[in-house]
Amino acid sequence: MKGRIEISRLGVRFASGSGDVEALHDVSMTVEPGSFVSIIGPSGCGKSTLLNVVAGFVRPTTGSVLIDGKTIDGPSAERGVVFQQYSLFPWRTVRGNVEFGLKMKGIAKPEREVRARTLLGLAGLLAFENHYPDALSGGMKQRVGIVRALAPGPQMLLMDEPFGALDAQTRSVMQQILTNMWQRLRISVLFITHDIDEAIFLSDRIHVMTARPGVLKTAIDVPLPRPRTPEMVTSAGFMDLRGSLIRLVREESLKAMGGELADGALDGLGIEIGPEGLGRML
Amino acid sequence: MDVVRRIDEPDAVATPRPTVRDGPTPVAIETASVWRRWRAVVLQRARTFALGLVSLGTTLLLWHLATRYRLDLYVRFTNIPSPGDVFDHLVRALHSPSYVRNILKSLQRIFIGFAFAALFGIALGVVIGWYRTARELVFPTAEVLRPIPAIAWVPMSIMLWPTAEGSMVFITFLGAFFPILLNTMHGVAMIDPVLVRAARSLGARPRALLLEVILPGSLPYAFTGLSVGMGVAWVSLIAAEMISGQFGIGYFTWESYSLIQYADIAVGMITIGLLGLVCSGLIRMLGRIAMPWIRASEAHK
Repeated sequence: MKGRIEISRLGVRFASGSGDVEALHDVSMTVEPGSFVSIIGPSGCGKSTLLNVVAGFVRPTTGSVLIDGKTIDGPSAERGVVFQQYSLFPWRTVRGNVEFGLKMKGIAKPEREVRARTLLGLAGLLAFENHYPDALSGGMKQRVGIVRALAPGPQMLLMDEPFGALDAQTRSVMQQILTNMWQRLRISVLFITHDIDEAIFLSDRIHVMTARPGVLKTAIDVPLPRPRTPEMVTSAGFMDLRGSLIRLVREESLKAMGGELADGALDGLGIEIGPEGLGRML
Repeated sequence: MDVVRRIDEPDAVATPRPTVRDGPTPVAIETASVWRRWRAVVLQRARTFALGLVSLGTTLLLWHLATRYRLDLYVRFTNIPSPGDVFDHLVRALHSPSYVRNILKSLQRIFIGFAFAALFGIALGVVIGWYRTARELVFPTAEVLRPIPAIAWVPMSIMLWPTAEGSMVFITFLGAFFPILLNTMHGVAMIDPVLVRAARSLGARPRALLLEVILPGSLPYAFTGLSVGMGVAWVSLIAAEMISGQFGIGYFTWESYSLIQYADIAVGMITIGLLGLVCSGLIRMLGRIAMPWIRASEAHK
């Protein structure tokens, strides 16, 4: 089985106006073939950068990322990407968008059409095949985005807060759709999110990332059975995981914000922070 | 009138519709509101049309009065043809083969010059908009040449081209080329980088990226360039025809002055205006055909 991601001692630095910024520091992790792995962490912690390295958009400064033992050389249809922003081509219809990756593979028009329609049918989107993306709701756009990324038959899916822009109800529907789809496909997924419930509901394993520079702190396995159902969200196992993850993420968030707070303001939050400190927090 | 409907999540749980206790049934409300909206639209259209008639009528009337009484208010209407004269001459011109030939000649020059401008403007705009080296290599020259109005090229163009025909088509080309080039480049710069990333992650190689993402992505701006370019192309062509022309509607207009056929000057002017209008209309139509997704997105806003 293919789709193994092996990240070892990865570091990424960006050149910026005031010297280099270290986005990732000594990050090591492995995504086993066919597993669903999430990374959660405060915003700006570099989790998107990590995904962009695996996608092939950003080159590692130090360390290495191996996909099934091979070094990454730019983006590839082997690694499907679903973006946080809507990224459908506005000039292509829903089916045209799904066909894009197949066209890039050199598949002839009639077969492209058949394959795209099959996939859209599985995702319940066939009725909208001839619509342009602007006519779709946010949730549908992201579903088409997922189908488009899956169309060329990638070994893995890289998802960068794909449901971040959706309202809570649509998001939970999308999570259910995604977990059902994954259950059938069994390809590796690297999922970036800042939503703890989302990470628990979807993942086999969750990595918590710290900020500035991004370092992987803890990994937690999610022992919840598959297939996942909405009822599990209220189960005791779910709640336990949630509690410990919230504690972890909160510690990290505070540390990240601590960089911007006055010295000593961290201890006994809310007491020592004056109006000035609060202003900086908000 | 299109009733635009937003497509909602088909698998989202259906929410029960709120029940109406008092007042008319939902269907009645809908019919009444549709009727009201339709009425409002019709009234608005009628109003716009009526005011348009008033505007045009007033202009014609003032023109008529000014020429009838041969007004001389520093600006002199003594030799200006009246609307009636112009109409007579227009009717006569429509029956004359030379007038029609002049129109066809101008249209031919516009078509050739503009087609080359569109082809080179969009192709070059996409390439130098996307490839930095190409931009750094080509853009300085373009920036130096751009502020020179196409009309200023007339003498140089006459020397450059072996025929007057060639030089006039070249002037038309120049007029249209720069607006198309610059707008296309701007269109490339405005493409959302996430679309480029998406395409690359779907396996697009540089060539496919250019043809499948950069070109269609910049098309809305390219069409703005085509619209502007069409206007400038006409300005340039008419000037060129007046200066160096043989045949053409600009030549016709200028010749009417030389031949003291003053009413024909107005015929020429009106013809030029109408031809310009038709050509921009064609560009808009072409834009709608080439970019069906724009209409779709406008309908939803």
